[in-house]
Order: sequence, then structure tokens, then C-alpha cells
Amino acid sequence: MNIHEYQGKEILRRFGVATPRGFPCFSVAEADEAARRLGGKVWVVKAQIHAGGRGKGGGVKVAKSLAEVHEFASGILGMRLVTHQTGPEGRIVHRLLIEEGADIRKELYVGMVVDRASQRVALIASSEGGMEIEEVAAHAPEKIHKLTIDPVAGLTDAQAEEMARKIGVPDASIAQARLFMHGLYRAFIECDASLAEINPLILTGEGRVLALDVKLNFDDNALFRHPELVALRDLDEEDPAEVEASAFGLSYISLNGNIGCLVNGAGLAMATMDVIKLFGAEPANFLDVGGGATTEKVTEAFKLMLKNPKVEGILVNIFGGIMRCDTIAQGVIAAAHEVNLSVPLVVRMRGTNEELGRAMLRESGLPIISADNMADAAQKIVAAVRE
Amino acid sequence: MSILINRETRVVTQGITGKTGAFHTRLCRDYANGAACFVAGVNPNKAGEDFEGIPIFATVKEAKERTGANVSVIYVPPPYAAGAIDEAVDAGLDLVICITEGVPVRDMIATRNRMRGKKTLLVGPNCPGVITPDEIKIGIMPGHIHKKGRIGVVSRSGTLTYEAVGQLMDLELGQSTCVGIGGDPVNGLKHIDVMKMYNDDPETEAVIMVGEIGGEDEEVCARWIKEHMKKPVVGFIAGVTAPPGKRMGHAGAIISGGKGTAAEKLAVMEACGIQVTRNPAEMGKLLRSVL
Repeated sequence: MNIHEYQGKEILRRFGVATPRGFPCFSVAEADEAARRLGGKVWVVKAQIHAGGRGKGGGVKVAKSLAEVHEFASGILGMRLVTHQTGPEGRIVHRLLIEEGADIRKELYVGMVVDRASQRVALIASSEGGMEIEEVAAHAPEKIHKLTIDPVAGLTDAQAEEMARKIGVPDASIAQARLFMHGLYRAFIECDASLAEINPLILTGEGRVLALDVKLNFDDNALFRHPELVALRDLDEEDPAEVEASAFGLSYISLNGNIGCLVNGAGLAMATMDVIKLFGAEPANFLDVGGGATTEKVTEAFKLMLKNPKVEGILVNIFGGIMRCDTIAQGVIAAAHEVNLSVPLVVRMRGTNEELGRAMLRESGLPIISADNMADAAQKIVAAVRE
Repeated sequence: MSILINRETRVVTQGITGKTGAFHTRLCRDYANGAACFVAGVNPNKAGEDFEGIPIFATVKEAKERTGANVSVIYVPPPYAAGAIDEAVDAGLDLVICITEGVPVRDMIATRNRMRGKKTLLVGPNCPGVITPDEIKIGIMPGHIHKKGRIGVVSRSGTLTYEAVGQLMDLELGQSTCVGIGGDPVNGLKHIDVMKMYNDDPETEAVIMVGEIGGEDEEVCARWIKEHMKKPVVGFIAGVTAPPGKRMGHAGAIISGGKGTAAEKLAVMEACGIQVTRNPAEMGKLLRSVL
């Protein structure tokens, strides 16, 4: 799960991580008020969307007067912000963060991720902040430093200080940087984060260490013990189809192609998308109906796929195994009837009672095309859509 | 022989009385030597009772002492799954197979750390389990699609493993042992660990390695294969069409920071001399071509 920058900063402050002062705003009037409350001479108006690259897209502006705060807030709120992470359709900005301006002397990078190889949390830091860490990794990998954290001992003072020195934090600010990293690690663990990025972490003219931008992602599997994080979810930032799917226990992701696919199991679902592409078309979605492909689930899955106007055909690929193919066929037939299926449908199923299942599809009177295997299914749906 | 499990394996089921645990315990007991293999269940609230003749104990340790169980299978709900693994490790079992899906990563980091230096191996979590066809099945895979033979199948995905097995069966190629290692980022055995076992198993002649986007486990395994593997390996990687930054069902199946793409994995595997296919319907045929 993702949250907004201002929410991430609120969480980190609770763990003693220093950030500039600021307030979230949902209207221009609130932005005016926030700037007045903050005082000072420089403010930063930041669009709050769940995507990076906001500055380049025109979603982050530095204001030198209250009039400019008003002007920038008016321009950014409601704008369609396009960044390299939003796709060409961009995102409508519904929220702003108004922050006090910071006197930036140096921009650094600090991040934490779950490192699969060591099976520990890794602290990653670099003297090159303010640009994407992937870019640094490509051009100056020697400037990226990484250490892994013992889950019992936690991040040690020695580790935190060593890392701070490696990325060029001056002696006078080392103690602050150490506290900063400790706070970040505690937040990461206690909130079950899967990713934390402070980019940039800045050193100010007064030698302060501040998190200027914050990105936090959380482990979906751990949300059951974090109702306070679930409450931060912003449905405006999520694909409505994906939200609807999750309510039915379906794992769904919208893609750009024209072939809808309905599959049981995540790996098989990905493989089905791949085989559609292999035979010259593009998948319209990833859709895993999970273990129990019941009539209800299959019906909801059909409805979801057909809401996408780009879908010109549907491929169902079910490896039944323990589930019986006649049950699957029943579900597909009921779903096709209920949604008044208007696009070609190819069904490939395998498992117990395969023949019975196929006979049911054949005798249903519906224009369902049966396929022998995944490749056959993909070829048949691609051909049917091209007709 | 085979790897990890065989007809001599004795299994304790953690979560035997839950809906999933009960359903799959019945299917496992009814498969091949299951009636002799599935010897115990654990549920602290039902100790002294039995599950359709399988005695239930309060702890894994007691189940081991009383029945000689050496392997456990876990179906307990996600908040308690890591604790269940810890209990089985502390009891000194040889192998723990955790089927449970949705275990928090933080819990697994702590559990994997506790397992350092212990003899117990872990498969999963979020996996279909392990089957040595015609001997024993531990997990949720359909038993009847398998038959005994000489091909190993190792995969991060459940249904894609069944797909590979189905294709082998169409060509009348049986399997030595099939291992579903699961789709979570922090888990037990990796591709490389299972590959080493296949390499040492005289009954395994060739291996299908099925991977998916995310992480670098397939690359690590491919490099090991290049240096050490004495048997042919063929591969498929799911997720060529997966967009970056999106979790494709499995918690571990995500392309992040430009890393873990299918294209990259396929390139490394090919460079290491592994024959790969881009067509998931051709895994079986490709395997036959290298025999």
C-alpha cells in the first residue's frame, strides 16, 4: 500500500525523524491559511499524488510571497499532473502540501528496503540525492552504499554513523544523522514498511538534517495489524477496477491491450498474458481468480473485464487440478449468460472431468471456443478478435 | 530416491482442524502412502482428540516424540504462521512446508533469522508444497496429475507448476519430486537450493525451472547451474508483459527499480547455457528435446 508524502512525513515525525514544517491542504483557502500559519518568507507548494517525478511535471513550486502561494496552489490543485510514473493519462491533484522553504546546502539519499538475498532490511544511502537512485546506480554505482540490519540487534550506532560519514555528512551533523536513521528504521519495522525512501535528505545551512521528500510503502500482508495505516488509503489514487476487484477477492491489474484474461493463480495468469503477447496481441489485464473459481467470482471477473471498453475478446485459462472442470464450466456459462457476453470467448481448462466440462460448454448454445492448451487458446482468441 | 520427501517421511500437520488444513489433509492422506505418512496433527485446544484417526497433540515437539514425525506442513492463518514455523524449527524437524499465503514479511525476516544455524529446512510460505509422485504429497497440489518418473520441477508459482507437470504428462514423462518454493520475497528454499538437491539425486535426470519476475533468485541459480549442474535444465520465466512497480498477485512478483524483469532473467539463463522458452505451452516439449 502507498500513502502520500505528507502522511509519510507525519508518520516519520512520530519516530523522531526531522522534516520541514508543513500542512496538508484540500483547497486554495486552506493553502493560504497554511502559509500564514507557517510564517517565514519562502514556502513550497507540493502536489500530493502517489507518483514520483512531481517536480519535473510542474507539481512542485517554490513561492516567495503569500500571493505566489495562492497563485501556485490555484494552478496545481485540480491539475492533471503527468510524470514518468503516472503514464500519459496523469493524475488529478486533489491534495497539496504547503511547507516552509528549506535552506538546502546538500542533497543526499537514504532508503530502506527488504533485501531478498540477505533476508534482512537493507539501509541504502548515497551522497547523490535529489535524483532517482536507479540513475545513480547506472552512472555512479560506487556512490551507493548498502548495509544490512540484524533483526535482533537492530541498526547499531556504529552502522548509522559509518553510513552518515560515507555519504558526506559533516562531523557536526553526524549525531543528528544517526538519530534520523534510527528513527527511520524504527518506523520501517513498527509500521511493517516494504520500502522507505528519503530523497532528498537535506543538510541545511544551519547543519540540520531534514527529510525533504518521503516515500513509504507498506507490506499488504501486514495491514491486518495496522488499522491506522489502512485509514490513510486514498482511493482517488487507485484504479477503480482494481479496488472493485479486491472487494471480490480477485487480484486484478489494468493493462493496455484488448484481450481480457481470467486465470487461476498468479504465475499462470502472468504466463497467460505472455502467451497472448507471443501470438501478436496485448493483454487487457492481469486477473487471478484464486483457488476457488466459483460462479460468483467468475461472474464478477467477467463484469470487471467487460467494463473496459478496450476489451475485444476474453481468454479463460483454468488449471483445475483439485477443482472440477464441470464446476468451472458451470461458472463460465452462468457468467456469460448474466453479462450478455458480446465478445468472443475462448476457454481452456484442465483438470478433473475435463471432457464433461467441455461438453457442457459445447451444449450451452453460447459461442464459446474451446482450446486444448495455452498456446492454442491464445492463437484462437487472437484470431477471433482479428476477424 | 527423490528429494526432500519420500514414502518414509512422517508428517505432522499444523492447523489440521481448520477448513483448509482438514480438506487438504484428507487429500494428502488418500494419496499413495499418505495413510502411513500423515501421523499427527497439532492444535493446543484439541490435544488428545483425533482428526479422522490422526492423533492431535498440543505441540509439535510432543507430536514428534510420540509419532516420529520429521516433517511438518502448516495451514495456520497468516498472523500465526511464522510462529508455527518457529515451533517446528525448535522441535528439530528436518523440513517445514508452509502453505499459508499472506504472511507478513517482517515476521518472516525474524523467523529466517532464528533459523540460522539450525538444521531445519523451510519450503514456502505461500507455496503449493512438495510432491514425490506415487509416494507422498504434502500440500495443496492435485496429486492425480502426477506420476513417478525422472524429471524435477521447481517453481515459484502453484498453477504454473501444475501446468508444467501437465505438459510432462502429455509426453508421458513422470517426475522425481516437484517443489513449489512459493511467491514471497522472504522465504525458505530458493531455486538454487532445490537445484543442488536435484543435481545430487540419482533419480532425477533433468529439471524444469519455472521462475517469475522479481528478485534475482533465478539469476543466482542460473550462475550456479553453469558451473556445477551435471544434468540438463530448461526454463520459463513468467511476466514478460508485466508492468514495472505493480505487484502481480504474489508479494514477490514485482519489478522494482528496473530490476527483476523477465527479459533480464531470460538473458542470464541463456548466457548460462540453460535452454529457455518464451512460450509457456512449450515447457514440456523443450524438456523432452534435451533428454
